Amino acid sequence: MSAEAKKKPGLAIWLPLILFAGFFALVIWGLVRPADREVASAFIGKPLPAFDLPPASDDRPGLSTMVFKAGKPRLLNVFASWCVPCAVESPQLAFLASKGVEIDGVAIRDRKPDVARFLAQNGNPFARIGKDDLSQVQLAIGSSGVPETFVVDGKGVIRYQHIGDIRAEDVPMILRKLEEAGQ
Amino acid sequence: MIAELGLAVLWMAAALAVLQLVAGVLALRPEGRQLAGLVRPVAVVQGALVAVAFAALVSLFLTTDLSVKLVAENSHSMKPFIFKLAGTWGNHEGSMLLWVTIMGVAGGFVALIEKRLPENTLIATLAGQAFVSLGFYAFLLLSSNPFERLAEPAPEGAGLNPLLQDIGLAFHPPTLYVGYVGLSIAFSFAIGALVTRDVGPAFARAMRPWVLGAWIFLTLGITAGSYWAYYTLGWGGWWFWDPVENASLMPWLAATALLHSCSVLASRNALKAWTVMLGVIAFSMSMVGTFLVRSGILTSVHAFAVDPERGSFILALLAVYIGGALTLFGLRASTVTEGARFSFVSREAALVLNNVMLCGILGIVLIGTLYPLLTEAMGVKVSVGPPYFNPVSAVFAIPMMLVMGVGPLLRWRQDSLEGKGAARITLPVGICALLSAAVLLGVVLFAHHIKLLPALGLAVAAGLAPASFLPLRGRNLRRTPLPTWGMVIGHFGIAVALFGMASESAFSTEKLAAMRPGDVQQVGPWTVKLDGIGPVAGPNWTALEATVAAGYESAAPVMLHPQARTFSNPPGNRTESALKTRWNGQLYAVLGEEGDDGRWQMRFWWKPFVPMIWYGGALIALGGLLALLGRVAADIRRLVATDKIAYRRMKQGR
Amino acid sequence: MSAIKAKHQRLVLLVIALLALIGAGLLAAYALKNQAAYFYVPNDLVANPPEQGRAIRLGGMVEKGSIKKAADGVTVHFIVGDGKARIPVRFTGITPDLFVEGSGVVAEGRMEGQTFVADNLLAKHDEKYVPREMKDMTAAQAKQVVAETK
Repeated sequence: MSAEAKKKPGLAIWLPLILFAGFFALVIWGLVRPADREVASAFIGKPLPAFDLPPASDDRPGLSTMVFKAGKPRLLNVFASWCVPCAVESPQLAFLASKGVEIDGVAIRDRKPDVARFLAQNGNPFARIGKDDLSQVQLAIGSSGVPETFVVDGKGVIRYQHIGDIRAEDVPMILRKLEEAGQ
Repeated sequence: MIAELGLAVLWMAAALAVLQLVAGVLALRPEGRQLAGLVRPVAVVQGALVAVAFAALVSLFLTTDLSVKLVAENSHSMKPFIFKLAGTWGNHEGSMLLWVTIMGVAGGFVALIEKRLPENTLIATLAGQAFVSLGFYAFLLLSSNPFERLAEPAPEGAGLNPLLQDIGLAFHPPTLYVGYVGLSIAFSFAIGALVTRDVGPAFARAMRPWVLGAWIFLTLGITAGSYWAYYTLGWGGWWFWDPVENASLMPWLAATALLHSCSVLASRNALKAWTVMLGVIAFSMSMVGTFLVRSGILTSVHAFAVDPERGSFILALLAVYIGGALTLFGLRASTVTEGARFSFVSREAALVLNNVMLCGILGIVLIGTLYPLLTEAMGVKVSVGPPYFNPVSAVFAIPMMLVMGVGPLLRWRQDSLEGKGAARITLPVGICALLSAAVLLGVVLFAHHIKLLPALGLAVAAGLAPASFLPLRGRNLRRTPLPTWGMVIGHFGIAVALFGMASESAFSTEKLAAMRPGDVQQVGPWTVKLDGIGPVAGPNWTALEATVAAGYESAAPVMLHPQARTFSNPPGNRTESALKTRWNGQLYAVLGEEGDDGRWQMRFWWKPFVPMIWYGGALIALGGLLALLGRVAADIRRLVATDKIAYRRMKQGR
Repeated sequence: MSAIKAKHQRLVLLVIALLALIGAGLLAAYALKNQAAYFYVPNDLVANPPEQGRAIRLGGMVEKGSIKKAADGVTVHFIVGDGKARIPVRFTGITPDLFVEGSGVVAEGRMEGQTFVADNLLAKHDEKYVPREMKDMTAAQAKQVVAETK
């Protein structure tokens, strides 16, 4: 009896630590598990639908699907002059452009003077800008808001969809996706 | 300039924390004795410096210095003053800085005034405090510098989540934070006592005010958070058992248990190892809560600032502190001397039951919160809600509340319910129990629609409310010490809150309807009429506002104005419910969308006695405050007295 | 009423604490088995239907063009899909602000026949994101802000 009495507290004292270790293992798993909390875009791995948009700006050509089949991965950025996060992400786009990434824009439900002012204020990282007055292209590529950015490989296939503004910490990830798309 | 000053001061504070830790550890060894004098002043200066750093960040936010990244990302020049202020801590970096600030200031305060503890235990405590702070300093300075500048100043700030632009929410997180961090002081005391194996009444008395203070803030934070969720989410509920809510409830449960075991240790020198254990658990729960909220590991309706990377940093800190503390506990607990004995019928035994039951509820909540994660590890997604939490926690809560009616009447060490005890305890408690039974019987006979749990809640509340005042019986009320008043009011608050919760689920009525202007609906005793809908504008939002004329029975109608708000920067929507509070309940109105046919969705609830939930919470906090004031006043009187004696001795010595 | 024997007090307290802990664990395990609401995506729901009336959660995308309001003005019918299966959902109440066609939603409720009856809808919040539907409400203000800040 006395031996048992001595033994029992000895083990029980470690019980909290053991429980904590269990908790720890569980949450470590929770952190490293693949993040599947967002519904993956249904358009990843599919080719861009055919479109041909008129220019949204006087100094850049419009945008058509053909551009994306030239063999080099590109970024397709869906934006609008009325969208505040779009202005917030412009330094990141400018940085990507300075790294030699070719970026094409689709301006959603916008007017030329507004686009011009937006670009004048926030810089113009775009090679081409298409004007999508009816959100047709936007809807066709599975984008439901602005800003959104797509990584499109050299054959015109969507490889990655970024929802929301590109933040500074997202830039390396975007570059990596572009690199993967180029392989 | 101010940003650079803040950063420099923060680095200095971190360096002092290193010094505090190293000097503290060395001072505990015989060869480092001469360093002992260093620890207290360093702790005080560290606290002062970190407070300066926090003040620097506040001033950056108030002046909306857009060259600072944190300000640009979280504030806006057009935001009202109070939300600029709240923006300081309404983000990850700022809240971490607030965390170390409270820790540093509290540590400095302990160093300045704590004279009861043996010097070695105090030094170990301050070293522990520095150790905990250091993790957060590292976090701040290495991965989330709040003072980081932008290469070019931003033209305008990105604003604040519209859901966060609410006065309740602006002050709710820091309230909880103060509670969490207060528990870190209790944790440091526990570590200090374990290191020197000096667990006794002095330790409990030194720790108690900090636990009480933390507990008051946690109580207020939870109460306010519940009220906030009630009126902003527009679902009419006041507690959703959401992970974020559970994250704040778990430290409260542990702190409540700690508070009670502390009083056993302080008065009777019993439950030594257990109290130390609870000190560790209470702070673990704060860290676990912060981790669960920040990491986004569990999905929550209120998750705002989710970032798995930051989550892993907090997890690493959690592993070091809690793993380390539990290991230390395992090594040292068996050498902590056994406490004083007590009988089965004694106040100690009642408090042990309270502790066991609170820990049971804590376990239930923790398991329920983590269960979705556990099943996901096995490939099944589940969510756990009220059908689990309500009945299972009641299994522990109801016996605990029954004992709560008796426990405060029992004497320490040994008591009897017969003979002399019968008149003092058994009779009055029996009357209260009869009251409970009568309510239960009444519900069973006359109100079949009330479910079991609300019925039990009503019954227990009816008995507990008078029982909580029994400790005052036969006392001179003016001479009754403040902590006793605190206990009575706190326990009464539990009864009041319980009554509110039970009657909310027992008696609420709801009406959901599509209404045209001019339409009339009946909600319980209220007659509501939709008068019209029109636009209104606020400083940074526009809204559609309904005008509802609500009449209670035959009284003249009052006007209610529920709104659907649209925020401009950043864009977002929020429903603003309208409440009309009477002494016997609350009318709750929500405006929904306009249908295609010109009708508007309106939702109304009549919730009898629902405000009692939050009045009860406020009473509980008030009870804590009275107890704290009583303890602190006694401490100050004693400090003054010892100083006088020391002064006289000094004079006589000369 | 006798005082606990001196030698065994610690042990008794420990046993009580352990029993309570184990009791809580067992009770929790039992209750969780019965009360946890399982999460389904539409495809699971079709492939592996739960019993009728059991509380579950359904997550997926609100199909474009599927939201229909019933005559009472407060009931909506819509379809939640995951690209593989489509489940009709009925919800009575005020829909959350971010509940729009083409967005993600989690519905809490139960299956009744072939329809999912939702008690509650949770739409995904994201503070840094402008849903397209909000464009018309905020365009003027957003433009003004952008213009003023330069």
